[in-house]
Amino acid sequence: MLKLRDVQAGYGAIEVLKSLNLEVRAGEIVALLGANGAGKSTTLLTIAGVVPVRGGEITWQNEPLPAKADAVLRRGICLCPEGRHIFPRLTVLENLISGSLLFPTDRNPAKLEEVFHYFPLLAERRSQLGGTLSGGEQQMLAIGRALMGEPKLLMLDEPSLGLAPQIVARIFEIIRLINQKGVPILLVEQNARQALRIAHRGYVIVTGQNQLTGTGAELLASDEVRQAYLGE
Amino acid sequence: MTDPSSSSTLAEIILDGISRGAVYALVALGYTMVYGVLGMINFAHGEIFMIGMFACVYAIGLFSMAWGDHVLINLVLGVLLAMVFSAAYGYANERIAYRRLRKAHVLAPLTSAIGISTFLQYFIFLTVSKEKVQFPRYYSDFLTTHHLTLGSVEITYLRLAILGLTFLIMGGLFYLIHYTRLGIALRATAQDQLMASLVGVPVDKIIAFTFILGSALAAVAGVMVAMYTNVLVFDAGYRVGLKAFTAAILGGIGNVPGAVLGAMILGLTEALTTLQFGSEWNDVSTFAVLMLVLLLRPRGLLGERVADKV
Repeated sequence: MLKLRDVQAGYGAIEVLKSLNLEVRAGEIVALLGANGAGKSTTLLTIAGVVPVRGGEITWQNEPLPAKADAVLRRGICLCPEGRHIFPRLTVLENLISGSLLFPTDRNPAKLEEVFHYFPLLAERRSQLGGTLSGGEQQMLAIGRALMGEPKLLMLDEPSLGLAPQIVARIFEIIRLINQKGVPILLVEQNARQALRIAHRGYVIVTGQNQLTGTGAELLASDEVRQAYLGE
Repeated sequence: MTDPSSSSTLAEIILDGISRGAVYALVALGYTMVYGVLGMINFAHGEIFMIGMFACVYAIGLFSMAWGDHVLINLVLGVLLAMVFSAAYGYANERIAYRRLRKAHVLAPLTSAIGISTFLQYFIFLTVSKEKVQFPRYYSDFLTTHHLTLGSVEITYLRLAILGLTFLIMGGLFYLIHYTRLGIALRATAQDQLMASLVGVPVDKIIAFTFILGSALAAVAGVMVAMYTNVLVFDAGYRVGLKAFTAAILGGIGNVPGAVLGAMILGLTEALTTLQFGSEWNDVSTFAVLMLVLLLRPRGLLGERVADKV
């Protein structure tokens, strides 16, 4: 569905992605691993149309993907960025509605029901301000907001960042549930072990280039990954 | 308080204060909305107010030449045209002088705004009128000479119009910001521009819209003040702009209800000062109130914590 071929991207004089190749197929969870500064977040922001592509090509459903955030979103690709980026002074409900601003309102009740089905807590807190939620709740809200765009591809950047292990486990469980409903997921994680456990495939990138690729299990078993990212 | 004349005076002061406050509020909203979205002070906003004044008067002149003095039609069209004119100037300011500086140091757009302010003042001075211009009495007489008597208080039609229109506009604005999808997009842009663009909000358009909306409100205020004082000057925007800016700071800049509250406090302070000490003391008292409030509440009455930027 999504293909990156020899993609280059960066900010100003800094070239972050040197030559990145990546593919997400229908129904997959794909993990994107790498050290800090390897270009994981930049990859997602580039796909999302926030960071401009400098070279190479991104295709989505066999067509070139436009390089504008709203156009990418209209094609069904939603990014849940690193650090959650909840709107602190919008209510939970307004935060969720913000995820569907580009789309007609008639599907909103059904979409909200789906989000509340995954995250019942958000239904209870719907009129609370986003900024008053705990970190885990904010992450749930961020994923819920992305779901309001009815994604055909969901990109998650560090959903476990700064959260307690129990909450991380719950979030990963829900990521898996969302995927089982047929939404492919591109997942960036520091928590490599947890990510590879639920991923069908994974990529390891180093300084903006591919280093390793394989199934989740293969990568979990590989010496390179064990040493560099699992601390063994 | 048993003396009926003193209670009517009190009612009159309040009325006077609220109608002054209403005008300041319309202008203050422009400062506070732009600050809320961009974190910058648009010092040229007072000039947008002044341009609204002139646009209305010249439009009325044009209309009366074109099809005669139909007071109501010409006045309404004049106000609408002033709103369009001011909005165009506000949009142009954003597009030309601020947009490119959005990522620059905070002093860059600020300086640019001061430059635009002076530029617009002298541009109007040199191209439109070097003299004071009178508001056509024929159009304001009906509103200024007729009044409604409520008990012992007399309210001119103009004041009624100012109050009615201002509260109508504020109600509309409150509804827009809090109960529409556009309002969510606006607040989202103010709180987190990156995330707003990730949910598909056209951030540039929303910012331009903020300038357009604030400018149109300033134009309405401009026409009201022009009818009230009957005089138009090229630097009229400076005084009202400064007061409105003060009102926005007083209420907590970036906060929409705060701007209205600040403006009302300012209006009441002026009304009270005018009665007790004479209007020449107005600036002393209003800025004394400002300093007092800021000493006690540095972020203004309804200001947010600095940590979560508006």
